[in-house]
Amino acid sequence: MITYLEAIREAQRQALENDPRVYIYGQDVGAFGGAFKATKSLAQSFPGRVLDSPISEDAMVGSAIGAALQGMRPIVEMQFADFSTVGFNQIVNQAATMFWRTGLPCPITVRLPSGGTPGSGPFHSQNLEALYAHYPGLILMTPATVEDAYAMLLEAVAIDDPVIFCEHKYLYYHLKADTLPKEALPAGKARVARAGRDATVVTYSAMVHESLAAADELATEGWEIEVIDLRTIKPLDTDTVLASVARTGRILAVGEAWPWGGVTAEILARVAAEGFNLLDAPPMRLNSKDTPVPYHPNLWGTHRPTARSIADSLRVLLRS
Amino acid sequence: MHDMFRLAEAPRPSCTAVEFPETYRRAYRWMLLARVAEEKIASLYRGGKITGGVFLGKGQEAISVATGMALRDGDIFAPLIRDQAGRLAFGESLLDFTLTYLGARSGPMRGRDGNVHRGRPKEGLLPMISHLGAMVSVVNGILMAHRFQKKENTVGAACLGEGATSTGAFHESLNQAAVEKLPLILVVTNNQYAYSTPNHRQFACNDLIDKAIGYGVKGHSVDGTDLSACLETIGGAVAAARDGEGPQLVIASNLRLAGHGEHDDAHYISQHFKELQLGRDCMEVAQNHMLAQKWADSSMFDLWHRDSQSLVEEAVAHSLREPAPDPAKEDWCALASRHLLEGNPPQPTHNH
Repeated sequence: MITYLEAIREAQRQALENDPRVYIYGQDVGAFGGAFKATKSLAQSFPGRVLDSPISEDAMVGSAIGAALQGMRPIVEMQFADFSTVGFNQIVNQAATMFWRTGLPCPITVRLPSGGTPGSGPFHSQNLEALYAHYPGLILMTPATVEDAYAMLLEAVAIDDPVIFCEHKYLYYHLKADTLPKEALPAGKARVARAGRDATVVTYSAMVHESLAAADELATEGWEIEVIDLRTIKPLDTDTVLASVARTGRILAVGEAWPWGGVTAEILARVAAEGFNLLDAPPMRLNSKDTPVPYHPNLWGTHRPTARSIADSLRVLLRS
Repeated sequence: MHDMFRLAEAPRPSCTAVEFPETYRRAYRWMLLARVAEEKIASLYRGGKITGGVFLGKGQEAISVATGMALRDGDIFAPLIRDQAGRLAFGESLLDFTLTYLGARSGPMRGRDGNVHRGRPKEGLLPMISHLGAMVSVVNGILMAHRFQKKENTVGAACLGEGATSTGAFHESLNQAAVEKLPLILVVTNNQYAYSTPNHRQFACNDLIDKAIGYGVKGHSVDGTDLSACLETIGGAVAAARDGEGPQLVIASNLRLAGHGEHDDAHYISQHFKELQLGRDCMEVAQNHMLAQKWADSSMFDLWHRDSQSLVEEAVAHSLREPAPDPAKEDWCALASRHLLEGNPPQPTHNH
C-alpha cells in the first residue's frame, strides 16, 4: 500500500531520477525530509539537488524562476499553502507573466500543502487555489487520489508553465492505493468519480471523498448522485461538467475554500451561462463558512463542508 | 558605431589599469549616448508621442555604465529604471530602447510591456517587473542554475534604488545570496529620493552600507557622480564576486537630476542636495576629468555628441516606421503549453 504522501515523494524521486534539470528547494526539505516528510531520504539519494532554503518564500520562488529561465525544472515546497502568500508576488507577477512578456517559458512547480486538518487553525489550513487561478499564466492542480497525486506531480514538472500543485494534507496519510499508476488522464481533464443520474456534484481535492460519502448516503435513500473530480482547477474542464449536467439536470458545486468568488462560483457561472437550458433546478454551491479556518475540531468540522452537509444540500437540490 | 544597434555584436570592453583612458572614454560615450537617447524620448513624450511613462537616468549614468561595462558574455544584468547607460554597455541594442518606448510590435516586448520593462532574458538581460526588489532573487536563481550546470566564472548584477532596500524582497534575496555564497553584485544607487520620499522617511540607519555586515556580505561605498570611482569600485566588486568571494553590496551616492518620471517636476528635491558633491552631474564631472587628463578635448566631445545624435535619430526614425501591435492578430495566450489553454481539446492519454 502506498499513501498520497508517499506518492508525492515517489513522484519527486522519479522526477529527480529522470531529469537532471530537476531540483527541490524549500524549508527543511533537505536532510530533515520536509515538515510532512514529503522529501524524506531524497537529499541522501540526490546529493546537492534537494536544498534547504531560508524562511524566505519570496526569494524561494524568485530564485526558482531564475533557475527555470536558465533551463532548470525546480520544485518549490511551501511548508504550508498559507505561507505561499509571502511568495505571492513572485508567483503571480513574475512567474505568471514571464511567458506572455518575454516568450520564454517559466517551468516551475510550487507545491502547496493545502487544506484543513483538525487542530491546524487559521494559518495552517488554507485553500488558495482560487487566488492563484485568478491570474493568467498559471496551471492549478488539485489531485484527489493517490494515483493523481503521483501522475499529476510528474506532469506538473514536465509542463512548460508555472504549476501550482495543491496537495491536500488531510489526504496525506488517510488515502492509500495498491500501486502507482502507469498512465493517467492529462491535465485539464476531469474524471467522473461516480456515475449517477439524479444530480451532479462537481468538486475537487479532499471534497471528492466527502462528496462520494454523501453519494453513498443518498444511495440508501434511492438517489443516484454523479460526482465529478475536476483534478485541475485551471484549465477547468467545463465540457465534462456540462455533459454531466445534461444527464442529471441538477448541479451542486462543492469546495473547501471560502465562498466569495472562487472555484464553485466559477463552475456555476459557466453552467448558468453555457448550460442554463440543461438545468431542472437552480444551481447550488457549498463552501466553507466565510470566516478564518478555526482551530478546534468541533468548530473546524462545521466550518468546512462534510459528507453530512453535502448530503443535506443534495436533498434540498433534489427536492427543488 | 552602428554595432550599438545590435546586442550580439556590441563589444564589452574590459577595464584594466593599462587601458584606463580608453575604458574611460568608452564609458563616457555610452553615458552620452544614453543621455542623448533619453532626451530624445523625453522630447517625444512632451510631444505626446509616447504612451505610458518615461523614466530618465540623468545623473545616474556613471554608476550605471560602470556596472554594464564590468559584465561580460554569460553574465546576468537586472537593471533598474535609470540604467540606460548600463544597458547599452552590457550590449542592449539602442533599437530595443526606441522600439519599446514607441510600442512597436517588433520590439523585444512586442507591445505587451513597455518603456523600461524590457529585456532579453536569453541573453542575460532581465526585464524588470515593477516590484523591483523581486528581481534580485531571480538573478540568484540563474546563478544557482549556473552552479548546477557547472557554468563557471559568471556573475550577476542586480540594481536597485535606496527605496527598494525597504522591501522584504531585498532582505530575503540578499540573505539568500549570502547563504548560497552566490556571485551577486547588488548595486544600490542612493539618489536621496524614492519618487518623492526622502531618505529620512525611508530608513533610519546612518549609512546603507552598514547593512552589508548584517547580511555577511562585502560592502563597497562609492561616489556615484565620479566615473573613475564607479569604474574602479564596480570593477573590483565584480572581480571579487567572480573570484568566489560571494555577494558584493555596492552603495553609490548621487542625486536624481530629473523627476521620478517625466510626469514629475521633482519640486520636492532640496536645493541643499544640489549644492553638495553628490548633486553634481556625473557627465560634467567626467568631461572635466578627461579635459584635465588630456584624454579628450572639446572637439572630440562635439564629435561624440553628433555621433550619438545621429544614432538616436536613426533608431527613432526606424522605430516610428515599425507597425504597432494589432489586437486582431495578437496571440492572446499566456501559456507556453498551448494545449492547456481553456477551450482547447486536452491531449490524449499521458504516459509516464
